[in-house]
Amino acid sequence: MVLVYIDQAEKQIKKSAFEVLSYGAALAKQLGCAAEALVLGNVNDDLAALGKYGVTKVRQIANEGVQHFDAKVYTQVIAAAAQKAGATVLIFAHSINGKAIAPAVAVKLGAGIVTGASALPKTDAGFIVTKTVFSGKAFASIQIETPIKVIALNQNSFGVFPQDGTASIEAMDIDIPNPSIKITSTELVKGEIPLTEASLVVSAGRGLKGPENWGMIETLAKTLGAATACSRPVSDSDWRPHHEHVGQTGLQIAPNLYIAVGISGAIQHLAGVNRSKTIVVINKDPEAPFFKAADYGVIGDAFEIVPALNEAILKSKAGA
Amino acid sequence: MKVLVCISKTPDTTAKIAFTEGNTKFDENGVQWIINPYDEWYSLVRAIELKEQDPATIIHLVTVGEADSEPIIRKALALGGDEAIRVNLNSNDSFVIASQIATIAKEGAYDLIFTGKETIDYNSSCIGSMLSAILDMPFVSSANHFELAGNTATIKREIEGGEETCELNLPAVISCQKGMAEQRIPNMRGIMAARTKPLKIVEPTTVKATTTIKSFELPAAKTGVKLVEANNMDELVRLLKEEAKVI
Ligand SMILES: Cc1cc2nc3c(=O)[nH]c(=O)nc-3n(C[C@H](O)[C@H](O)[C@H](O)COP(=O)(O)OP(=O)(O)OC[C@H]3O[C@@H](n4cnc5c(N)ncnc54)[C@H](O)[C@@H]3O)c2cc1C
Repeated sequence: MVLVYIDQAEKQIKKSAFEVLSYGAALAKQLGCAAEALVLGNVNDDLAALGKYGVTKVRQIANEGVQHFDAKVYTQVIAAAAQKAGATVLIFAHSINGKAIAPAVAVKLGAGIVTGASALPKTDAGFIVTKTVFSGKAFASIQIETPIKVIALNQNSFGVFPQDGTASIEAMDIDIPNPSIKITSTELVKGEIPLTEASLVVSAGRGLKGPENWGMIETLAKTLGAATACSRPVSDSDWRPHHEHVGQTGLQIAPNLYIAVGISGAIQHLAGVNRSKTIVVINKDPEAPFFKAADYGVIGDAFEIVPALNEAILKSKAGA
Repeated sequence: MKVLVCISKTPDTTAKIAFTEGNTKFDENGVQWIINPYDEWYSLVRAIELKEQDPATIIHLVTVGEADSEPIIRKALALGGDEAIRVNLNSNDSFVIASQIATIAKEGAYDLIFTGKETIDYNSSCIGSMLSAILDMPFVSSANHFELAGNTATIKREIEGGEETCELNLPAVISCQKGMAEQRIPNMRGIMAARTKPLKIVEPTTVKATTTIKSFELPAAKTGVKLVEANNMDELVRLLKEEAKVI
């Protein structure tokens, strides 16, 4: 059985869950077995509706002790639940929480793990998972040698495939260990789309000259419903908050659309965004290396192009 | 307090990524090696800062690698740390590496173990998480802030769309990222001191690998950029809608 771990925060299922469910269901079909989901804590979402993504059963541990993320507690509970349920493959999102617990769960289960998976495994001979390595500059195919397997799937690499279907819900009774941490505060950046979950991203670099010029970037992002990002020197100079820094030493993202404004396209920057499906580069220097990695390019002054692009999108929206 | 800082050797960020032996091995020809930036800039420097606050703090560095890792571990010692341990093993399997570090960690009875958020070569983000499971310690990942008062640590970590603050009692494993500390450059005194700091070489314990790398592949090259005139943003919008189908 393929067991898909569903992450929740504040009683809400994370967006990344729908993709791992679709992936787990496709893998189960390939292996000729069932796909099930595992949820820790109470959620406001309709769990039976997760059947739409191909799982037949949702297992829930609705205990107050697992309402909030605690890597050590979650690891023990998930490993115990997987054993009890008889899971042979476990799927996690390669998200912030997924990265924290999937390798630990693999250890507890004596399972081999591949994190950062980018496609379904090849299972005709062995169990070979392809993952991104060298910050998206290459792929490695890795054979998992153990009977139980754990995969953490790169976000936005497989897709979400809703169908018809509902899932049964089964409450699981698992011993909950004592908390290992005490969460004292949670601050969410209000009204913003989390960068790792965004399908559209508008990003800007040092070409914008100073923090006072970000208004047009925020306006464009708002028009598109996009998240904002930036290059490392921009966050290092505190022109933008650190959580917007993408690249080899910042966030690695893979949105459907990445618009880079006034960013030269240094190799360390590309390492964080090269898995984006479509890249648009706006730069006044025709020799900027970013154009080599781009799908669409506009050569010219960002201060003219960005507002014009915003107008064109508004016009197209009004016309549609 | 005793801190163990995990150090990994990675290719320089500008290294050419190529493979040899029928695409089964990373081509190390001409590659410059660096300390994995997350290990160097964030975990090591934060550990050094903790020692600056409390000189009784002992910092040990650990790396799992063969003799060619020594320049990297010496460079790390030049930044700070009291001594280093090298487990004499070259492995690509996260579980094997984590098991070696766990053995060192148990023997040294460390209060705090720092790792980087991930390495920039295999990007697996596994070592910290696995260590916490093997050692049965609390784990906070992607930490961007760490303060210690007595035995209680206050840690901030990134979460989707925000930040979370938590407290825990040591011992614990923490994986570090941007925000923990500011990058430092080793000075001459540090480099001289590093030459005489102890570097212990330990033979590995036998641990069975759970995974094997079968092959590597480079992604298909982009077909080439389509240029749109700066005064024709309607055309760019049309392409994004009709051709790329992303808006
Ligand atoms: C170990 C290491 C790790 C690193 N990690 C990262 C990382 O994670 N992320 C990251 O981003 N960088 C990283 N860097 C830094 C990276 O090498 C580059 O220095 C950085 O990405 C450059 O940022 P930039 O493109 O904003 O600035 P610049 O390179 O200064 O480029 C500015 C661009 O703006 C263009 N421009 C100027 N004015 C205009 C205008 N009016 N209209 C349009 N275009 C204009 C210019 O032509 C230029 O191409 C790292 C470096 C190292 C050594």
